[in-house]
Amino acid sequence: MANALNFNRREGYLEKYGFHDKNSYVYRTEKGVSSRIVEEISGLKGEPEWMRNFRLRSYGIFEKKSMPGWGADLSGLRFDDLYYYVKPSDKKGRNWDEVPEKVKLTFERLGIPEAERKYLAGVEAQYDSESVYSSLKGIWEKLGVIFCSTDEALKKYPDIVRQYFGTVIPPGDNKFAALNSAVWSGGSFIYVPAGVKVEIPLQAYFRINAESAGQFERTLIIAEPGSFVHYVEGCTAPVYSTNSLHSAVVEIVVKEGARVRYTSIQNWSDNVYNLVTKRAFAYKDATMEWLDGNLGSKVTMKYPSIYLMEKGARGEVLSIAYAGNGQHQDAGGKAVHIAPYTSSRIVSKSISKGTGRSSYRGLVHVRKGAHHVKSKVRCDALLLDDRARSDTYPVMEINEDEVDIGHEATVSKVGDEQLFYLTSRGLTEEEATAVIVSGFIEPIVKQLPMEYAIELNRLIELEMEGSVG
Amino acid sequence: MPKTLEIRKLHVEIEGREIIKGVDLTVSTGEIHAIMGPNGSGKSTLSYSILGHPDYAVTQGEVLFDGENVLDMKPDERAAKGLFLAFQYPVEVPGVTLASFLRTAVNSIRKKQARWGGQPLKEISAIEFYKRLEEKMNLLQMDPSFAQRYLNEGFSGGEKKRAEILQMAMLGPSIAILDETDSGLDIDALRIVSDGVNALYGPDVGLLVITHYQRILRYVQPQFVHVLVDGRIALSGGPELAEQLEEHGYDWVKDQLGESAVTRQNG
Ligand SMILES: Nc1ncnc2c1ncn2[C@@H]1O[C@H](COP(=O)(O)OP(=O)(O)O)[C@@H](O)[C@H]1O
Ligand SMILES: [Mg+2]
Repeated sequence: MANALNFNRREGYLEKYGFHDKNSYVYRTEKGVSSRIVEEISGLKGEPEWMRNFRLRSYGIFEKKSMPGWGADLSGLRFDDLYYYVKPSDKKGRNWDEVPEKVKLTFERLGIPEAERKYLAGVEAQYDSESVYSSLKGIWEKLGVIFCSTDEALKKYPDIVRQYFGTVIPPGDNKFAALNSAVWSGGSFIYVPAGVKVEIPLQAYFRINAESAGQFERTLIIAEPGSFVHYVEGCTAPVYSTNSLHSAVVEIVVKEGARVRYTSIQNWSDNVYNLVTKRAFAYKDATMEWLDGNLGSKVTMKYPSIYLMEKGARGEVLSIAYAGNGQHQDAGGKAVHIAPYTSSRIVSKSISKGTGRSSYRGLVHVRKGAHHVKSKVRCDALLLDDRARSDTYPVMEINEDEVDIGHEATVSKVGDEQLFYLTSRGLTEEEATAVIVSGFIEPIVKQLPMEYAIELNRLIELEMEGSVG
Repeated sequence: MPKTLEIRKLHVEIEGREIIKGVDLTVSTGEIHAIMGPNGSGKSTLSYSILGHPDYAVTQGEVLFDGENVLDMKPDERAAKGLFLAFQYPVEVPGVTLASFLRTAVNSIRKKQARWGGQPLKEISAIEFYKRLEEKMNLLQMDPSFAQRYLNEGFSGGEKKRAEILQMAMLGPSIAILDETDSGLDIDALRIVSDGVNALYGPDVGLLVITHYQRILRYVQPQFVHVLVDGRIALSGGPELAEQLEEHGYDWVKDQLGESAVTRQNG
């Protein structure tokens, strides 16, 4: 991970992440999606009947559902022009030596094995549609922690998967959740037994390699009572002139007194549509924390949400979005208070530059009966120049009186006085802008583990390079 | 080798209005100059123009430093050449600690100096940086925790001024302009800051001390005093001029001008 975030979208990205291997897959379905393709994917994977039916039912829902009538412009997305399943290899590694050479090279260039040695409890690496590597350090395995691809989990732990799969985000939730439910492949499965605290992060790395490929990973995390896990994901892709689609579904169940932290640093290339549904159920006294960084992609629509199901549940969404030229980051968070005495906090920081556009879209919903709820929303936008754009769409649905709800929003521009002050001390205009931006996101960055904080800052700095006229 | 900042027949406009109306001034390393003048006479405008604020348009004249035309340089290049301005109103930069900002600034300047074929300086090591920072903070009697506060955010007036001088100390300029560094300081703070400035002053450092009042000049003693009125240097003289001003006020200068009984430095 250490190097994985270090790039400059304009120049460095192409060199560091934008490369691709030619013909690295062993099989792919033909272009487009249909029930036949859905059946083919299920057949290739040798899945149980219930999953096959689940997929087919979901495909029916996908066909019926219309595209979202709000949010970002998705007119450039052509469902018929994508490959829905691309299998990179017949083999899967438990150590790096077993990973096919080409794939291994890619991940080595991205710094993954090195990061694993240094500071991770386990790693999952997905290349196009399939997981190509997974490992979990012995001590966690002994404690009963499971960390593998969701496909593998379906084979090895069918009962747990079946119990939770699609219960947090049903296929009917939205068109893209339905599509994912129909053609999903890969993703991480994590199970943490009661009372087990996985103190160092588990990391997944998602890579799209093939042109016009869709990636539809499906992640499921179950944290049993009193447990803790911090899961971190990173994503990159080659630079292509055609569009790719990344449409994940992430379901998380946080049981009594457990805590799950999910950190996501999305760094897709500028030809990727990133349309992701992420949701967690937090039960009694449980804590769910989303830390969502959106730096790459052409269009992102992603609003990690938390359903506060029982008393004492807490939820937090920290969202950072960076929209450079041509990018639209439509991001935010949702807190749905179902039970009384629950609390939530949503903090969003967005930065827009050039023709970049960032939108905060958020929901705080307090259901009838959920009294003594506390919720705070804060969204700050920073515009780096006159053309950049930022909007906020906060929605509050409060159906209970005895609640404490706060909302604050600010929009600021990098000021000429700030720039002059900093440049008069020797910083170039680019450096000065990067310093102002790093200060702007500091309240969120300081909550990241050290390695990620440093990387995120460096990434933002590199984003600024060559960007000021 | 002494370095010289030469301002020649400088005219500066803001939003089409002329504020500096022909200023000539020469400051060399090893010298302390004071500029005094009533509010609105253009003191800050002059200092901003010397560092290259983009809103301040130089319409005529020249600014040379060490023989080079400064007006073609960006503010950061001027800083790297050895010019420094302690702001009258330092700007807040939320979320950026004083220490991390200063380290960026020190390294930016080193990088540029290396590029110009000066001494090839590497990035300052964290250990060396913090050692120097601590040393300079001691000099200015600042608590070390101050370095971890966000730049100027929530600083009192006096703290801001002290932090400006700390930055000067860390960047080590050849010519430093102090724009009303004394305002907002109580008498103790004024003494500490002045002692700090005096410690930084030497044969390789020139100072241009801008002030409304005479009080800082008792501590930081100039060899040359200039009076700026309505965008022009109306009077220049030695330290005694500051005392005369203190005694008679700025109206006295205007009267003197009326009688044209004084030497006007600008032509
Ligand atoms: N950014 C600015 N925009 C418009 N007018 C300005 C600006 N800065 C200074 N001025 C004007 O220029 C004149 C000189 O101001 P200034 O240089 O700040 O004086 P001093 O520092 O001597 O008090 C004043 O009339 C002031 O209103
Ligand atoms: Mg002033």
